[in-house]
Amino acid sequence: MVLVLALGDLHIPHRAPDLPAKFKSMLVPGKIQHVICTGNLCIKEVHEYLKTVCPDLHITRGEYDEDSRYPDTKTLTIGQFKLGVCHGHQVIPWGDLDSLAMLQRQLDVDILVTGHTHQFTAYKHEAGVVINPGSATGAFSSVTYDVNPSFVLMDIDGLRVVVYVYELIDGEVKVDKIDFKKTTTPTNLPH
Amino acid sequence: MISDGVVEDEEKWLSAGIAGLQQNAFYMHRALDSNNLKDALKYSAQMLSELRTSRLSPHKYYELYMRAFDELRKLEIFFKEEATRGCSIVELYELVQHAGNILPRLYLLCTAGSVYIKSKEAPAKDVLKDLVEMCRGIQHPLRGLFLRSYLSQVSRDKLPDIGSEYEGDADTVIDAVEFVLQNFTEMNKLWVRMQHQGPAREKDKRGKERGELRDLVGKNLHVLSQIEGVDLEMYKEIVLPRVLEQTVNCKDELAQYYLMDCIIQVFPDEYHLQTLETLLNACPQLQASVDVKTVLSRLMERLSNYAASGPEVLHEFFQVEAFAKLNSAISKVIEAQENMPIAGVVTLYASLLTFTLQVHPDRLDYVDQILGACVMKLSGREKLDDSKATKQIVALLSAPLEKYKDIDTALKLSNYPRIMECLNDGSHKEMANVIVQNIMKNKTCISTAEKVDALFELIKGLIRDLDGDSHDELDEDFIEEQNSVARLIQMLHSDDPDEMLKVIQTVRKHILTGGRKRLPYTVPPLIFSSLQLVRRLERQDESVSGDEAPTTPKKIFQLVTQTIEALASIPVPELALGLYLQCAEAANDCDLEPVAYEFFTQAYILYEEEITDSKTQVTSIHLIIGTLQRMHIFGVENRDALTHKATGYSAKLLKKPDQCRAVYACSHLFWLDDHDSIRDGERVLLCLKRALRIANAVQQMTNATRGSSGSALLFIEILNKYLYFYEKGVSQITVESIHDLSKLIKNEMHGGSSPSDPAADAFLASTLRYIQFQKDKGGAVGDKYMLITN
Repeated sequence: MVLVLALGDLHIPHRAPDLPAKFKSMLVPGKIQHVICTGNLCIKEVHEYLKTVCPDLHITRGEYDEDSRYPDTKTLTIGQFKLGVCHGHQVIPWGDLDSLAMLQRQLDVDILVTGHTHQFTAYKHEAGVVINPGSATGAFSSVTYDVNPSFVLMDIDGLRVVVYVYELIDGEVKVDKIDFKKTTTPTNLPH
Repeated sequence: MISDGVVEDEEKWLSAGIAGLQQNAFYMHRALDSNNLKDALKYSAQMLSELRTSRLSPHKYYELYMRAFDELRKLEIFFKEEATRGCSIVELYELVQHAGNILPRLYLLCTAGSVYIKSKEAPAKDVLKDLVEMCRGIQHPLRGLFLRSYLSQVSRDKLPDIGSEYEGDADTVIDAVEFVLQNFTEMNKLWVRMQHQGPAREKDKRGKERGELRDLVGKNLHVLSQIEGVDLEMYKEIVLPRVLEQTVNCKDELAQYYLMDCIIQVFPDEYHLQTLETLLNACPQLQASVDVKTVLSRLMERLSNYAASGPEVLHEFFQVEAFAKLNSAISKVIEAQENMPIAGVVTLYASLLTFTLQVHPDRLDYVDQILGACVMKLSGREKLDDSKATKQIVALLSAPLEKYKDIDTALKLSNYPRIMECLNDGSHKEMANVIVQNIMKNKTCISTAEKVDALFELIKGLIRDLDGDSHDELDEDFIEEQNSVARLIQMLHSDDPDEMLKVIQTVRKHILTGGRKRLPYTVPPLIFSSLQLVRRLERQDESVSGDEAPTTPKKIFQLVTQTIEALASIPVPELALGLYLQCAEAANDCDLEPVAYEFFTQAYILYEEEITDSKTQVTSIHLIIGTLQRMHIFGVENRDALTHKATGYSAKLLKKPDQCRAVYACSHLFWLDDHDSIRDGERVLLCLKRALRIANAVQQMTNATRGSSGSALLFIEILNKYLYFYEKGVSQITVESIHDLSKLIKNEMHGGSSPSDPAADAFLASTLRYIQFQKDKGGAVGDKYMLITN
């Protein structure tokens, strides 16, 4: 059982002062094995904080990030799953599932994590999952009205991943979960 | 300074003294065992002679004394037994006075006296009086102190206190008190005299030695506090005045400090409260070098803790007007000690403030008064450079913040900003940071323009360069500072839109004074705050707000435009471009077409004139296309103008692969799912074809420069776009075109000179999988895809 935290679009300090206290108290160091961040932190202090939650930190670049050295996309393998990360402002139309699916095919990953729209979504399509963890601080977005702070925790176990989404609605943390099972990897089709 | 030689000598003398003492003690024991009173007295006197030495330091003398003390206990027991055996205690009392030397004589007298009192053959008070006066015979400070200490120890349980067995008609607690007071007074005199003994160069050593002995003197006060009969009346009328009299009159710095502190620590807080004026009046009478502020601070600390113990207690404080008395005492002390360093003055006021916050937290006027007194003391001086003083001032200013946890309250204190004026620039910023951190920690929401104005005035050190301060380096501290100001801006919120607009205008006014260094940090949060307000307004009942209303989206957009313009001088074009596009989207949501168009225009101008770095150009293009794709309010002409420009920019990016990708992204500008009027298959196809041409050009270039064809990746991406639009039903995307493209890709990938690109292989594989997947879906989609034969 491997726990992967996925979050992003915090926009500290431009659009939000800090992570919600209730989230901070849940993100206890040492419990999570990997952190994936879609981008738009925006400042170094947030990077340092995330590092304390878990040192294995993967970040992609959002358009407001202070540090321009973060890559545009990143892929990593956790257990049986290949994960891809991208902030998402590069994929037009923003939030369009089919265009995101194209990116997923391009990166050749099972799970694609993107952000930018500040809205939590988790789609299963074809042989993969596209997840958007939303905005961890509930930051203003031109794309989405009514942003509730949210983040995602993935529990990867063999060929199965359970996606837990945590949303802060009216001061209370609500949890939902979605199950995905991976079919065995098909062999490459011959040219 | 004690040289090693002297220390060695002292050890020798001490050992000699102990040896002598033990030897005589041995003989004394033998005499006791054989009931030989005469010999017992002889040897005990000899034993006690060791205490006549002048050679030992207090520390070593104490060792000798303790051994003597233990031996005297045995003697006392013997005396008691003699008394029961019929020996007259009065005679015994007489007998011991035959000892040759006065010091042993007096020790023996005290011992006998103890038994005498116990026997009750004479009133306790008479014996005690006799003893305390007889001890006058020893005027040597060290020996006298220990002797009187002995007297105190043996008489402890024999005082005629209320309820004690020694109380009688003749003996009352007054007598007990008198006895102790007298012993105390004499001991203090001896103690002070020590200071003037010996050569001047050994002053420090004497001070240290006196420090070791102070508890001997202080013990008397302890005893007084333990006497049951000393109630508030007696304390007020007799004990305190006498102790204070001795303290003030001895004019000795060491003694005064210790005794004042002792009084405060030893006697109950209720007593202090009721005698506050008397106690405080003594303070200005003390020597100038006494650390009165520490004494007063400790007093106030004790009283603060006492106040916390319950509401009934608080009532007492009001009754005795504790605050007024302390306040006036402090001013008197400050007046009297003209040379008190400023740090000391502030410390005193800081202690008073802590006291006030604890005891009278609701009396903001008291708090303000204290700050005002500080201001008066600080004003007229240069800005403080004294680090101790500034530390104290920061502590002073932090106390109300900590207590009230609400910047609102601090803002009500009129003297608060005045004190901040007295700090030098560095400390001013430090304090401003403290204030900001306090707000962030307590998540205080500041909700009126007036408060915001006051707050930003208060923290102006963070907002702009203060006079004479201009460092140009953007060091880490500066950036952190500005980021906390940015976070602070997020804490400013009012539910009333009109008030919120005023808040935004107030913040704007302040941050515009910040200069080039600060604007990139402070402008974005303000813009987003404004956009939040726009969104709030937009959701409200439309009929309520007309153009005459004070707060409309239009007005906010005007404000926003002017604010983003301020960034132009810095320059930070990428940031400004992003902000313009955000505003354009917001205007889109408000159906304000001209406003949105204007924002796009500004963004485009920035792109054309200021954004020259190719990586930045790519990001900016993505933002432009992405935003434009979402616009629905533009009329045909406006939309055409903007899309034309956008595609133009895309095609002119420096690196061809970037061009290719941007151009095919533009294809989405011409097909919006939810907009029937924006479905132009022709233009979509045009974009995709243009992208293909560019991809071809890339291949040719790679061939020319590297001798082998590059990866087919771009083609595969474009193929995916073809499939996207094919699925959407764009008629211009035909099955043939898809087949043609697939063939092209296969050729490129299997062409002899192309190195294999695993990324392209994987992408193609997954694309083909996708096609198969769609075929397997069945239904309309499946049918479409079935037409694709690969």
